[in-house]
Amino acid sequence: MSTHTDPTPKFREYAHPERLVSTEWLAEHLNDSSLVVVESDEDVLLYETGHIPGAVKVDWHLDLNDPVTRDYIDGEAFARLLGRLGIGRDTTVVIYGDKSNWWAAYALWVFTLFGHDDVRLLDGGRAKWIAEDRPLTTDLPERAPVDYPVVQRDDSAVRAFREDVLAHFGHPLIDVRSPLEYSGERTTAPEYPEESALRAGHIPSAQNVPWGKAAAEDGTFRSRQELEALYQDQAGLSPDDDVIAYCRIGERSSHTWFVLTHLLGYDRVRNYDGSWTEWGSSVRVPIVKGAEPGEVPAVPVSA
Amino acid sequence: MSGPAASTALPASLQEIQEEFLALETRDRLLLLLDYANDLPELPARYGEHPERLERVTECQAPVFVAAEAPEGVVHVYAQAPAEAPTTRGFASVLVHGLGGLALEEALAVPDDFPNTLGLDAAVSPLRLRGMSGLLGRIKRQLRAA
Repeated sequence: MSTHTDPTPKFREYAHPERLVSTEWLAEHLNDSSLVVVESDEDVLLYETGHIPGAVKVDWHLDLNDPVTRDYIDGEAFARLLGRLGIGRDTTVVIYGDKSNWWAAYALWVFTLFGHDDVRLLDGGRAKWIAEDRPLTTDLPERAPVDYPVVQRDDSAVRAFREDVLAHFGHPLIDVRSPLEYSGERTTAPEYPEESALRAGHIPSAQNVPWGKAAAEDGTFRSRQELEALYQDQAGLSPDDDVIAYCRIGERSSHTWFVLTHLLGYDRVRNYDGSWTEWGSSVRVPIVKGAEPGEVPAVPVSA
Repeated sequence: MSGPAASTALPASLQEIQEEFLALETRDRLLLLLDYANDLPELPARYGEHPERLERVTECQAPVFVAAEAPEGVVHVYAQAPAEAPTTRGFASVLVHGLGGLALEEALAVPDDFPNTLGLDAAVSPLRLRGMSGLLGRIKRQLRAA
């Protein structure tokens, strides 16, 4: 039996209200046996400083990335991970994290690659839970391991590779990085280390909509009306568009993927996780510098 | 002599820290790093009231600032990082405790790969450990210029 949807009025405006839960709702449902709370942060130690009672930890780097190949873990490793955490295939998973759920959205997107059906975000994430003085604990939950089935990862629906981007020109691309990364003054966000890309700029024709614009000051998602103004009125997207979003390694664009897919109801959005660290180091792919999107390259491009 | 080659040139303070980490299982190494994070000393007023005197460590994802000095040849390291970034605080604290009180020459001779010898790869990830290497590099550069 799956867990009920949070009836918060704000969520009902969204295309898929069942993808979000409020802090109030989660506080009431923490002991539901059909629900597991997952914390996923940028900082690998934040969970250890105190987490929502009963929450388990998933680290994007240590748990979700393959340790050798630049790729996500495979079906066997995902089954081991979720089984160890006591998550079954029909468990409701609520993910929360730091930085407006930046990394939580990334974890949710990876869960989606494995077709985990009921996976939700805590609106406002870790910061909102703490701001409301809700309980934290350093006690590790004792969850009995379960059998999670080995499900092959399906990259076709929500993941784009470099070749897909080259074949995508003429359709909307959304660059969710900061304006300085987009224009090519930097290869990483202003607060982040300069690393990992040999060229700076953006993919030709990509619109710049920094991911954080979808989040309010308190880390919650903006209302549907505000999101439509941002992505439709300003960036010119429409719900039937075929869209690819990217950032530096695909984490910030997971947040935008979540907004377009689950809050605005677009059903053809893919996240290009190779993102700028791949594109900006690839040989002979077209790049535009400056604040303007630039022209759609003459197709076909073969790099 | 025993132990990895990288440790042979380590001052006793850093070697103790290294042994402390390596004696633990992976998960407990993470908790030890958290202990260090909680034990990062407050900045003295001359830095706390003048944050511009600290250098931003851009290799770390979280905002962390560091100052190193060696008045009369004895090293002091000061660092500041937010509570929401415990990994970075932990890295800084390890270096503040391990380098503080060393002779200038000893601190400058600390191998650049010290952060990679604490057994934290599996607990923290090599990518994140670059942050501690960046910290150590900047501390040594400041000391060299002092």
